[in-house]
Amino acid sequence: MSDTYDTPDTRDMLDRTRQGVIGKPLDRPEGPLKVAGTATYAAEYVRENCAEGVLVGATISTGRVKKIHRDLVMAMPGVLGVYSSERMLRRAAQGTAGEAPEQDVSKVDFPMQPVALVVAETFEQATNAAKALQIDYDDQSGDAQFMPQDVDAEPAADPITAGDLDRAMRDAAHSVDLAFTTPGHASAAMEPHAAIAEWDGRDLTLWGSLQMLTYNVAELADSLGIDPKHVHLLSPYVGGGFGSKLGISHEAVAAAIAAKELDRPVRVVMSRQQVFQSIMRRSETEQRIRLGCGTDGRLTAFGHEALVSNLPGEEFSEPVTQASEFLYAGENRLLAVRKSDITRLTAGSVRAPGEAVGMQALEVAMDELAEAAGIDPVELRKRNLPDEVPGEGTPYSSRRLVEALDAGAAAFGWNKRSAKPCARREGEWWIGMGVASAARVNILAKAEARVTLTADGHVIVETDHTDIGTGSYAILGQVAAEMLGQPIDRTTVRLGDSRLPSGAGSGGSWGASSTGSAVFLACEAIRATLAQALGCASDDLLLQDGKAWAEGVEPRPVTDLLSEDLTRTGKIEPGKLMEKVNQSTYGAFFCEVAVNAFTGETRIRRMTGAFGFGRVLNAKTARSQCIGGMVWGIGSALTEELAFDSRDGHLVNHDLGEYHVPVHADIPDMEVILLEERDPHASPIQAKGVGELGICGAAGAVANAIYNACGVRLHDFPMTPDKLLADLPDPFAPAA
Amino acid sequence: MKAFEYDRAGDLAQAVGSPAMLIAGGTNLLDLMKLEVATPDALLDITRVGLNEITSEGAGLRIGALVSNSDCAAHPRIRADWPLLSRAILAGASPQLRNKATMGGNLCQRTRCGYFMDGRSPCNKREPGTGCAAQGGVNRNHAILGASDACIATYPGDMAVALSALRATVETEGPDGIREIAMRDFHRLPGDDPSRDNVLKPGEVITAIRLPAPIGGRHLYRKVRDRASYAFALVSVAASIRMDGDRIDAAQLAFGSIAHKPWTDERVEKLLVGERPTPALFGKAADLLLEDARGQGHNDFKITLVRRALAAVLAEATGE
Repeated sequence: MSDTYDTPDTRDMLDRTRQGVIGKPLDRPEGPLKVAGTATYAAEYVRENCAEGVLVGATISTGRVKKIHRDLVMAMPGVLGVYSSERMLRRAAQGTAGEAPEQDVSKVDFPMQPVALVVAETFEQATNAAKALQIDYDDQSGDAQFMPQDVDAEPAADPITAGDLDRAMRDAAHSVDLAFTTPGHASAAMEPHAAIAEWDGRDLTLWGSLQMLTYNVAELADSLGIDPKHVHLLSPYVGGGFGSKLGISHEAVAAAIAAKELDRPVRVVMSRQQVFQSIMRRSETEQRIRLGCGTDGRLTAFGHEALVSNLPGEEFSEPVTQASEFLYAGENRLLAVRKSDITRLTAGSVRAPGEAVGMQALEVAMDELAEAAGIDPVELRKRNLPDEVPGEGTPYSSRRLVEALDAGAAAFGWNKRSAKPCARREGEWWIGMGVASAARVNILAKAEARVTLTADGHVIVETDHTDIGTGSYAILGQVAAEMLGQPIDRTTVRLGDSRLPSGAGSGGSWGASSTGSAVFLACEAIRATLAQALGCASDDLLLQDGKAWAEGVEPRPVTDLLSEDLTRTGKIEPGKLMEKVNQSTYGAFFCEVAVNAFTGETRIRRMTGAFGFGRVLNAKTARSQCIGGMVWGIGSALTEELAFDSRDGHLVNHDLGEYHVPVHADIPDMEVILLEERDPHASPIQAKGVGELGICGAAGAVANAIYNACGVRLHDFPMTPDKLLADLPDPFAPAA
Repeated sequence: MKAFEYDRAGDLAQAVGSPAMLIAGGTNLLDLMKLEVATPDALLDITRVGLNEITSEGAGLRIGALVSNSDCAAHPRIRADWPLLSRAILAGASPQLRNKATMGGNLCQRTRCGYFMDGRSPCNKREPGTGCAAQGGVNRNHAILGASDACIATYPGDMAVALSALRATVETEGPDGIREIAMRDFHRLPGDDPSRDNVLKPGEVITAIRLPAPIGGRHLYRKVRDRASYAFALVSVAASIRMDGDRIDAAQLAFGSIAHKPWTDERVEKLLVGERPTPALFGKAADLLLEDARGQGHNDFKITLVRRALAAVLAEATGE
């Protein structure tokens, strides 16, 4: 049987099984460990004789290291070594690279790039020595460019064009031509990057905080110049990744090198500041959006252009227009992304690369077009959903955007919104409502998983897939328990060990549907064996609570059919369906904000999101993903901004005190509506990804609500009080 | 972190005149030590020396320097007679930090200027004579009043802003004896020596904060910030306003996050007293307050924001 997914599985297997755990809002099996502090994270493993390493960041913006004054530091108490080598990483690996990123820390690519590792007996000694380490540089910062606007940008990919956009804009009954900016963002995962490296001869064991072990093994082995078979990665619990732990990064390679040199375990934990300064940023963007429609509100012109940045030599460019390719109609099109090479830390994947910032701008533009055309913003969106992907002719697999807009509008009470801004004032606060669509590409990734039904009726799921706080442990167990008809408490899921079969890894929202499908296929193989033992066709086999039966066949304990443990491996690879059918995920956001008439502070009053993303595997973890995404959207709308110094490119706000992610007080009760659907084109379990959908457009709903509240239309995110102040109406004037 | 000696003071006398850096709650100092922005050779822990009582002194109140911020904010007399102080404390930090932070320590917290905190940029406050990277840099949260060529940092706290409005005093004990410093004079402007945040002398220990008899009226602390909690103020206004009929009878005002110290201006307070509250009066007060205000680029908006925040506070306090 081919592993590639080429024909849709329309059997609805998981609807025909009897166990009844799939989709249920079950608790995470590892949840009690996490809240009790007994889930062990990378830095927390106790290894005998472990030395502590601290990375040293470059104090120049770009140039070369001339001399490292090791001797002074080596004389400090407890110091064991100072390492700076050709194999240490200048940059973290991009997601799914599968090979070493830029190495050799004698060169400096960006401010605070790690250039050395100081190892000492204690963390405090290593920190102190790292701070004291004197390094002479050949400073080439004078030639560097730090601002994307100052550089000639190059196209990041071939633009997508159709028809004549300029002419369509001229001919449109209503049009908007808008310029937006979004700042850089940080993943800001709670757990900082950390690694403990320990060698046994040629074999390296590394406890790390990583999202994609299959790729990470290859990246680490390539960085160290060793065979991947000598690398064993362990990452059973990950305290958030959001893209920042997709690829191997500085601390892991440095720990491995130092551990080898010292012949003892070495732990390297990055400080919060170092994670901010040297791992990965989401690129800032400048965007121009042109939309034109007829008197009926149907789009005829659709232009979305963006300028992003990265370090010289990095191919990754924030795919700002990704959802614009398939979301809305408009036969005259131009989609283009250009990239500037500048001296700032590496730009890479931060949760929902592309849509996170592209959709929030597009959805503001749609709001402005709706106002210009005198059409309700919900209705304008519904009128512009194409039958096939514009320019490509590709059909959509499933798209519950209309239902999301309608269900969200009804639950939220959208009909109470005034179309005119400044219509509602409560005390000092202007109150307004906004809407936005959600859209995000869906990806099926190569994955493998092993499932064992033990002779005594336990289910064991094994893969090197990770759980980065998303619920992988829960949902993979639910797929297996459902398929094999065992209670969830007889199901064990083992993750995050590179010696287990290669899962899809957590990234790009593909983990659940991809690795879940591999688990599903392994279970199908087990079911086939059980069916044979029972004497029925595999699809006729019924399993529930440890019993097996079929039409006309008496129920028997499934253990009666087993003489020994039954182990099967399931594999899946993306196939023709990825190309033939557009399989995106959709939703809608509705937001009510209060804007202070005096100070311009915006506070979220309530927010509703409705989402369709294929089969819901666990209603609780899926809901949590949606809420988390919406919280990110609120941060993107109101507070989050990496502030770089224009004189030398260094990041000024590099901790959670100054980089403002939303706190509890910023987030009211969030309503999430899950729209069940089956997408057999997306995966055999008919599920799609939901890890990123909740961000994609959310900030647009907030921005539109701000306008509806106080009449100030902003195009520069985040919408902090300073940007609102200048145009706010007189706070003492009576409400309109 | 640089290695340091640690000792615990058994009584106040041991702390007075000690060359060691004093540590109480440590909520700011420990962060600075981890970043090696502060590198004391020796710490003297004063948490066991007493100074942790709140006692009445006539109509006023004496708050021991080691009373926790949480206990102070929750104290019935403070909530009844100086609610401004409770509100300012509760607007700052987080419950965990407020439980640890002390009254005296809070006064001594240092600026959060990014160039001071990064431990490497030119910074006259951290390393005198090296310059000021905030000028021409990212300075959205820097001073608009009282700054100097040497430093444009702000005092970041909330509590001291309320204490400045309330005309509290700071009691200290030093090698030269006990003295009482007006809260409004406790923090200093940067001038050509921004390394000193306040007027404490070497070896001098804060022993108490005194609140004079309450003046009544409405007490408001308005903290304008980017997010709803756990963020330093962009601008804050502390106000205690007493009305007599339709006229302002007494006004105590202080402003946070706009200068190197909690900013007070008696001329503004006097301008308000005896007047009927109107938007025009609030505008005149702001004009006077801000006549010397100067932005640094990113923080130009604070001039408008102070004006509007003051108007909001005065409107609420006077019922206008």
